[in-house]
Amino acid sequence: MMLVLTISLVLFTCAIFVALYRIIVGPSMPDRVVALDMIGVNLISLVAVFSIVLHTHAYLEVILIVGILAFISTVGIARFIERGEIVEHEHDD
Amino acid sequence: MKINDVILKTVVKGVVLIILTFSIYLFLSGHHTPGGGFIGGLVMASAFVLLFLTYDVETVSEGIPISFKKMSAVGVLISVSSATAPIFWGEPFLSQNFGYFDLPIFGKTELATVTIFEAGIALTVVGVVVNIILSISEGSNKWKA
Repeated sequence: MMLVLTISLVLFTCAIFVALYRIIVGPSMPDRVVALDMIGVNLISLVAVFSIVLHTHAYLEVILIVGILAFISTVGIARFIERGEIVEHEHDD
Repeated sequence: MKINDVILKTVVKGVVLIILTFSIYLFLSGHHTPGGGFIGGLVMASAFVLLFLTYDVETVSEGIPISFKKMSAVGVLISVSSATAPIFWGEPFLSQNFGYFDLPIFGKTELATVTIFEAGIALTVVGVVVNIILSISEGSNKWKA
């Protein structure tokens, strides 16, 4: 059991480094956004496996916080790429 | 150009509810576990920022007619007054008190005056963070004090 958890932790860390490579050399901006979202998902999984290893409930709020922040940052960057401004002031329709 | 973002707007309506509930949970759990007024305020401000991102400033301020500048001022007032109030009873500055009460549904509950102080901090953090986001997103030509 411990071996499986350790292997999964190592693999999640490798996935984060792969996404980090895509953020640094990614040819276009949407590649970087998707890679950032991938890092968020992998961090959530990493924290979940880590709390199984440590037998604790103390890190479960971290999962929610990282999920909320990843969602908001993805929405914000997507709005910036699509429209050029993040917060609009009046309706455009 | 009209952009079709029905999916985003529908999802955000549900997600904002979850984030606000989680922020209140974080605010109340700050007594014994990680959490508290500052973190709860930050999460609640992130819910408002998500609303401002998805919709526009006009729509959100019609739906939530709160002045965030006044909100931060009221938060500072609550915190400072609950911190200076023990001076008038001959106790040191910032001293807190707690007691056990029998409430109808919850049974024996611990109520502490530090919650009032934390509520002031939460209001201040929400007001200041939303104000900063709205100020830096505004165009420089329509800046008004």
